[in-house]
Amino acid sequence: MPIQYYIALSATLFCIGIVGVLTRRNAIVIFMCIELMLNAVNLLLVAFSKMQPVAAATNTAARNAANVGIDGQIFVFFIMVVAAAEVSVGLAIIVMMYRNTHSVDVNFLNRLKN
Amino acid sequence: MSITEILFWFLSVLTLVSAIMVLISKNPVHSVLWLIATFFAISGHYILLNAQFLAIVNLIVYAGAIMVLFLFVIMLMNLDVAIEPKRSMWMKFAGVISGGLLLAVLLSVVRTSVDLTNKTAQLNTGDIGLIKNLGHTLFTQYAVPFEVSSILFLSAMVGAVVIGKKN
Repeated sequence: MPIQYYIALSATLFCIGIVGVLTRRNAIVIFMCIELMLNAVNLLLVAFSKMQPVAAATNTAARNAANVGIDGQIFVFFIMVVAAAEVSVGLAIIVMMYRNTHSVDVNFLNRLKN
Repeated sequence: MSITEILFWFLSVLTLVSAIMVLISKNPVHSVLWLIATFFAISGHYILLNAQFLAIVNLIVYAGAIMVLFLFVIMLMNLDVAIEPKRSMWMKFAGVISGGLLLAVLLSVVRTSVDLTNKTAQLNTGDIGLIKNLGHTLFTQYAVPFEVSSILFLSAMVGAVVIGKKN
């Protein structure tokens, strides 16, 4: 499968996440859109870890023996770790915000402006 | 068209449709469910790329743990459907336009890039995504980042408890 298809798919997912962050006001949905963007990057990293030129497809065995591209998948693993930590802290912040304002509307959070 | 390509297109359409449904569903619970569908489709992509460890971890960590946490928080807050006030139509329009412009720029770069021509992602081959190879690399070459991430988890846990606790 050409690598461009994977890049296009990941870019589309990322932009869907950006549109969600820009257009929704519910803090939880915004958080979910951030997860969507993280997953788009993960998918792209995995696709890049399996990328190779067509001309070099004959020496696939040599590439596999050298573990070429395994760094990409390790990075995806670490992104998942960081995302899990981020979600736990972020949801705690959202719960605290709901306890204080009885809403998860992000427009209530503009009091830092003044 | 081989079965692999059919699976690729099916999973891509599933991913994009459920990602869009995350945005446009009014109820946050439905958004969570559509996001779980997105994660399942992305796991299918990982399996197609022979990254089986990441596929399983994606299912367990994202679709299992994180999404259950989201559902739990949403149900704890007892959010109603009508509670989310509408952003003005103008703001929505501006958000969609800016996101679409970014997408257009990215896609045109990908389409015209010379470096990316004749590169393929190898489907159904390779064993770098298997647990044996990933684990070996993780515990030898990346042992220090692995330990640092455990400290990160500890501090995240402490932070979540401190923030979430009633004063």
